[in-house]
Amino acid sequence: MNEQLKFIGKKVLRLILLLLAVCISTFVLMDLSPVDPMNAYIGGNAMKLTQEKREQIEEHWGLNDPMPVRFVKWGKSLLKGDFGTSLIYKRPVLEIIKEKFSASLVLMLIAWTLSGLLGYFLAMISGAYQGTLLDKGIKGYCYVLMSMPSFWLCLLLIIVFSVNLGWFPIALGTPIGVLSENVSIWDLAHHIVLPAITLSVIGIASITLHTRQKLVDVMSTDYVLFARARGQSTMSIIKNHGIRNTLMPFITLQFLSFSELFAGTVVAEQVFSYPGLGQATVEAGTKGDIPLLLGIVIFSTIFIFTGNLIADILYAVIDPRIKKGVQL
Amino acid sequence: MESVLTVENLSISFTQYVKGLEKRELTVISELDLDLKKGEIVAIVGSSGSGKSLLAHAILGILPENATVEGKITYKGEELTEQRKKELRGKEICLIPQSVNYTDPLMKVGKFVQLSVSESKEEAKKRQRKVFEEYGLSKEVDDMYPFQLSGGMIRRVLVSTAAIADSQVIIADEPTPGLDEKALNETLKLFTDLRDKGCSIIMITHDIQAALKIADRIAIFYAGSTLEIANREDFCGNGEHLRHPYTKALWMALPENGFHTLTGSQPSPLQLPKGCLFSDRCHHCDEHCHVKRPDLESVHSGKVRCVKATIIHEHAHEHDGIIHTHKHVHNEGEEEHVS
Repeated sequence: MNEQLKFIGKKVLRLILLLLAVCISTFVLMDLSPVDPMNAYIGGNAMKLTQEKREQIEEHWGLNDPMPVRFVKWGKSLLKGDFGTSLIYKRPVLEIIKEKFSASLVLMLIAWTLSGLLGYFLAMISGAYQGTLLDKGIKGYCYVLMSMPSFWLCLLLIIVFSVNLGWFPIALGTPIGVLSENVSIWDLAHHIVLPAITLSVIGIASITLHTRQKLVDVMSTDYVLFARARGQSTMSIIKNHGIRNTLMPFITLQFLSFSELFAGTVVAEQVFSYPGLGQATVEAGTKGDIPLLLGIVIFSTIFIFTGNLIADILYAVIDPRIKKGVQL
Repeated sequence: MESVLTVENLSISFTQYVKGLEKRELTVISELDLDLKKGEIVAIVGSSGSGKSLLAHAILGILPENATVEGKITYKGEELTEQRKKELRGKEICLIPQSVNYTDPLMKVGKFVQLSVSESKEEAKKRQRKVFEEYGLSKEVDDMYPFQLSGGMIRRVLVSTAAIADSQVIIADEPTPGLDEKALNETLKLFTDLRDKGCSIIMITHDIQAALKIADRIAIFYAGSTLEIANREDFCGNGEHLRHPYTKALWMALPENGFHTLTGSQPSPLQLPKGCLFSDRCHHCDEHCHVKRPDLESVHSGKVRCVKATIIHEHAHEHDGIIHTHKHVHNEGEEEHVS
């Protein structure tokens, strides 16, 4: 029990430090960036604004304070639960994150599940038939995917499936010209397919290659040699020993992939103009919307941290050597 | 008695690639012979790299793909082809592996042993419990993982995998290293029990003392070949009943026989001598020994691969002498040097 508390305490402390570091660096980087929030906000109307008005707005936003003061001010209201107001959307940051995050979450969940299942399946086939044409095919496919820039793959899929075949819409999360209350589940599903496929295809490669290697290692162990001596077929060896010994590294990898998944989402959403968190992040960055960007940064940090934490805990729960060896 | 398993003139070689595409055939076992009679224990004794484990893998057909096997292995009078090996392994011919590495680290040992039974799950469970019961492994052990068991318990678990199948021939690969006196005797008892049930056992070991405790016959391996097959009774006194100089040297190297060591080491498979494999270390060696590999011949109810065997054997009997100090083998009428 004491050990458990210690474990949780350590992790929480680490998360707080991580958040602090990430927020400070975002703040500093945004301050150093050439993007002027004022110009980005006003956009084309910059000419019409008088110098006086401009100064008033700057004063209102607190842009004249030195950076550390601004950071502390922001931090104080954050501790009260106030994430501030987005400059671009002119709505509370929390509200926007909630909306965008749920859209992205569906996308990520589909991609994550698909790439996990398919990746693991391909890895098992590839590892079991190591050295055969099938194995080489799967491996080659993964290498090609690994070395392909993801935005390019997105464009390729759009060209093939949306433009040439016309199976899926080219962009956006909902049909154009339809009121949001009239959008059906089917419409949403139809729009999510291509971005989700792109994201999972990107994720499959690393899962497959890592898990395949793990299975190859398992297949050359002494206990697999003994399984052969006991007359077991390759299929039953995979069933009895292969899956058992590759599942844990696979699950760990799967939860550790949250960060890559998030990065992939940013690219995919941008190319598909999918209105999710990824697109909001890019917009907040390019338009100097610091409150929104910091809000997103905080939530994505917690999201990725949770993924890693789950991997850590699962290992202790699943692996009997850790579970029974040291009582966590 | 009738032989269950015979190995004749077996050779195993591996295809290797050295320096890029240059291919090389590495022969690690050559002219290896062995026979196993029903209900007996034959121990295979030899140093590391003498081909003991490879013989086991060849019998079971689990050698790696770059291995080439020549020679003849017969099981119950029928040639053991790769297809037959596939059908028989794990059923009539079983391997007892040497260490905890051969158990799945993430599988409960009860389930691990059950995998040896091809019948229904219930039947497997019943039989596994029965074997564990016999071997003094309590019910809690069923649900334990290999890392939770002691060395002696792991040994019993590994033996269970063969005992649970209806095996006729059991090949035990190094079943005794790392065990204390008590665990060693317990393990050896498991083997004699299996023999008493009618199993024939090949016990691969480099522990000649453990082998002598239970084996009926002992085969001595050296550099991938059988140098001698001796009966257990031959290992006594100063080794005067032993046929091959190497076996005698092994016997005399034991602490209780004076710790007489032999200089040199087993030749590498890359530099095997043309004649007798032991010639470079043998005190009896002369020009006859370098001509060709001696055949395995029957001498005094055993077998030996040495052209001098008969002479050495008789000579040792006459004088009860210690052979390891011989300068050369005597010719008829000549005074021999025994010091």
